[in-house]
Amino acid sequence: MVKELTTPTSKKSLEKLRAGEQVLLSGFIYTARDQAHKRLYQMILRGEKLPLVLEGQAIYYCGPTKTPKGKIIGSCGPTTSGRMDDFTPLLLRQGLAVMIGKGNRSEFVRKAIKEYKAVYLVAPAGCGALLSTFVKEVSPIAFKDLGPEAIYRLKVEKMPLWVAIDSYAGTIFPKLNNRPKNNEEATD
Amino acid sequence: MVSLKNDEEFQKIRIIPARVIQQTVGNLCLQANTLLRKDVIIALNKALAKEKNQRARICLKQILDNAQIARSEKLAICQDTGLPSVFIEIGSNVHVDGNLYKAVSSGVMEGYRRGYFRDSVVIDPLERATPASSIPLVHTEITGGRRLHIIVLPKGFGCENKTRLKMFLPTASKEEIIAFIIETVSCAGADACPPYIVGVGIGGTADYACFIAKKALLRPLNHRNSDSVLANLEDTLLKKINRLGIGPMGLGGKTTALAVKIEKAATHIAGLPVCVNISCHALRSAEADI
Repeated sequence: MVKELTTPTSKKSLEKLRAGEQVLLSGFIYTARDQAHKRLYQMILRGEKLPLVLEGQAIYYCGPTKTPKGKIIGSCGPTTSGRMDDFTPLLLRQGLAVMIGKGNRSEFVRKAIKEYKAVYLVAPAGCGALLSTFVKEVSPIAFKDLGPEAIYRLKVEKMPLWVAIDSYAGTIFPKLNNRPKNNEEATD
Repeated sequence: MVSLKNDEEFQKIRIIPARVIQQTVGNLCLQANTLLRKDVIIALNKALAKEKNQRARICLKQILDNAQIARSEKLAICQDTGLPSVFIEIGSNVHVDGNLYKAVSSGVMEGYRRGYFRDSVVIDPLERATPASSIPLVHTEITGGRRLHIIVLPKGFGCENKTRLKMFLPTASKEEIIAFIIETVSCAGADACPPYIVGVGIGGTADYACFIAKKALLRPLNHRNSDSVLANLEDTLLKKINRLGIGPMGLGGKTTALAVKIEKAATHIAGLPVCVNISCHALRSAEADI
């Protein structure tokens, strides 16, 4: 069955989602991939104010193409989520509620998702042209110097996604990546 | 002294201006990134006809819809317009008037600008910095004749990251090689946009095995390998891979790979290099003869 979700969201409304279900997401999502994650992560460690409040928000692991003339956005599919794993638990601790990407996550991310009652959703991978049709507005938010890796806020309508890891740590993937976490706050 | 004009060999020389190469490369970049290869579309449709898993069916339909939208809206099939590899075969009777490498780079830049494609290449791998352009990797090969053939392969890095090389012992069995290839696909799992096209290079040196593994992706998916041993190996591997249950986008189903393509080369008595280069379902390439 297909469920609907609006972001930003309360953690409470994520409780209804179960791994394997289809979700149509509407509302606001923020693009952030490798370099933006690295920066956010370091800013949090240094205690700096972030360019966005993560509480209840959704992050989309995406670096779109340039925007063609007459379009709102170019091709904008998900990138591989696993590369963001090391930065993820700290962002979840800041209240990040929803992550959207593609592919598998590490076991420590699954645990953190359960601990912070978040969800991990996957978007149709390699379908950036299709996904562009669900984007209604785009505004730049931060890190403009990162080019395609800058943070943008996208307003989306009924973006078709799947629940890959739910807030109870249930997962659609039979086997998670068991590698240990690799960064300064490894005890997190 | 023999006049060059009258020299028979000189008469055979064909002059190709660099700007013609530049324009062709630009057009190929646009074509490769927005028009999904026909053989890939055929393979996707065949997979959809056989697939029973509901999630897999939805995913395959989305992939086909995406190709349709990319085509009609002139959008990039995938936002990762890749690090473009350009393969050029130059006939020995061809003379390029101008700088070939500059022409290819400018052609890529022009194509990527016209298509509003993403600049995904950083000049320095350690310093990173903002990607400013799409700098291609150019491979040239001298062939016979008066023909210049260009192939543009803009491969994304989600799948390129899953490439693996193993230097086997020369006494290794086919079963060991099969196990390594299956393990590589299994490790890629849901991450690299399945259903995959699996390119395999066997033999040569370490670097050459990787090169031919990537070149294997250029073979039309429906073409049977002319080497019967490799053709059988491709069939065996495809069956085994599609029993892994990874499925489209890693959400389950029997479509984990659309094809396995193997290339081989002579190698040393002391070794047996095997490289696996996985492509996502959005296998993009375009070619032209000049």
